[in-house]
Amino acid sequence: MKLVTAIVKPFRLGDVKDALQGAGVVGMTVSEVQGFGRQRGHTEVYRGAEYQVDFVPKVRVEVVCDDADAEGIVEVIVGSAGTGKIGDGKVWVVAVDELARIRTGQRGRDAL
Amino acid sequence: MHYDSGDTAWVLASAALVAFMTPGLALFYAGMVRRKNVLAMLMQNFVVMAVVGVLWVWVTYSVAFGPDWGGAGLLGTLHFAGLTHLHQAVPGFTGRQAQTIPPVAFVIFQMMFAVITAALLSGSAADRMKFSAFVVFIVAWSVLVYAPIAHWVFSPNGWLARAGTEDFAGGTVVEITSGVSGAALALVLGRRRGWPQDLMRPHNVPLTVLGAGILWFGWFGFNAGSALSATGAGQAFVNTNTATAAALLSWIAVEKLRNGRPTTLGAVSGAVAGAVAITPACGFVDTAGATVIGAVAGVACALGVRLKYRLRVDDSLDVLAVHGIGGLTGMILLGLFATATVRGVNGLFHGGGATLLGHQGLAVVCVAAYAFAATALVAWVIRATIGLRVSADDEQAGLDLSQHEESAYDLESAFGGSQRVAATHQPPGEHT
Repeated sequence: MKLVTAIVKPFRLGDVKDALQGAGVVGMTVSEVQGFGRQRGHTEVYRGAEYQVDFVPKVRVEVVCDDADAEGIVEVIVGSAGTGKIGDGKVWVVAVDELARIRTGQRGRDAL
Repeated sequence: MHYDSGDTAWVLASAALVAFMTPGLALFYAGMVRRKNVLAMLMQNFVVMAVVGVLWVWVTYSVAFGPDWGGAGLLGTLHFAGLTHLHQAVPGFTGRQAQTIPPVAFVIFQMMFAVITAALLSGSAADRMKFSAFVVFIVAWSVLVYAPIAHWVFSPNGWLARAGTEDFAGGTVVEITSGVSGAALALVLGRRRGWPQDLMRPHNVPLTVLGAGILWFGWFGFNAGSALSATGAGQAFVNTNTATAAALLSWIAVEKLRNGRPTTLGAVSGAVAGAVAITPACGFVDTAGATVIGAVAGVACALGVRLKYRLRVDDSLDVLAVHGIGGLTGMILLGLFATATVRGVNGLFHGGGATLLGHQGLAVVCVAAYAFAATALVAWVIRATIGLRVSADDEQAGLDLSQHEESAYDLESAFGGSQRVAATHQPPGEHT
């Protein structure tokens, strides 16, 4: 099993969710996060005082899936989250050792 | 005694307009602080409405407008304490200043000035002052700083009023007093932890814009109400709007030239700066004077906000820059632009010579010096006794939590709530 984690622009979340659902993904976890990549932060000016805002608001999307589905999910996220501009985010995949469905106690792929 | 019903109605309505300015100021400031200090800011402003609301009728009205104590023009006696003897005319208002409204209407109108002037100090003390210390400070400051200065300038028996100082609606009493007192309080209180290197962005600029809109609206009562006459209020009313508008434009022009972008916060700050500057002058200048005063104030205050970084004093929400410098601008330019065609006195540019300018300068210096020294003393005594500041931990946690055990925004359920809303967006058939 794999864990696919994506950091995307907050306003792309709706499209990413719809695209993943369209591709057959049945569950995901979404959280509000902050960070920066190559685009760095940005500058804001309040009453003449310049503030360097280092951390930019982003949304983290996490999907646990079967090994065979991971590549397709990455493709779907890249295709739906992108704007072509700097700051679009990243997607990565890591191996998941164990998985359990809390309600039934099912383990491994049965819990997906 | 003859009272004019139109004048009385206008002054009572103006009192309500000015009363609305303090909630407006609360929002103006609450938007500029960080998310963890929003309720504390709102609370400080509202508690001033209550503290001064009681104090004014029992003590400070009489100190400000009571019969002069000893004839020096420094303080009023407690003759009107508890609003007794109000069948007597307000002392000093005779001749061309004779009031055509019942004294009790004057009491409530002037109360709102005492309220908002004290409330302005919350902007200098933002994010770090104990609520208990703030309440004690407001009581002492109202008695020892506001009421005497109001007597000097607003009572015709006050020594500055007798000397020839003109201040239509409070350029000294409200604006310079609050600006300089705010700076003194910020100095004794110390800087917010992390200032100036840490990011302290306004957490909600739309709240600030709403607050500024309420202030602009209320300022018509503040300035035009100070005519104490319905028929005499028109020029002050129009001047208030003209200067406010001109200052908004000049502040964002400064930003455009200096930073490349006009900002929303700059626009509303400029509007307030313009209203501040026209406050002493609105009943004495013509349209040209009001336009110039507003435009100059917008530039002066936009540049003045840098001053706190030079002085290393954390006047957090720029009370000194907007109200101190704005009030100074208005007081001095009144000495230049006053014209007898509006109200009986000429400034330097209208053939009146430098006499009025000298009186204005005297008032600016004396009011600023007294406000600074007396406020610093009051703040120092409170710091030495019950303490002014919250603990470092409480400041880190935020005043909303540490002083009031509340939070302004429940963001956790807001996020969860949006998820539930999304879940209900199903075809109706699926619910049945």
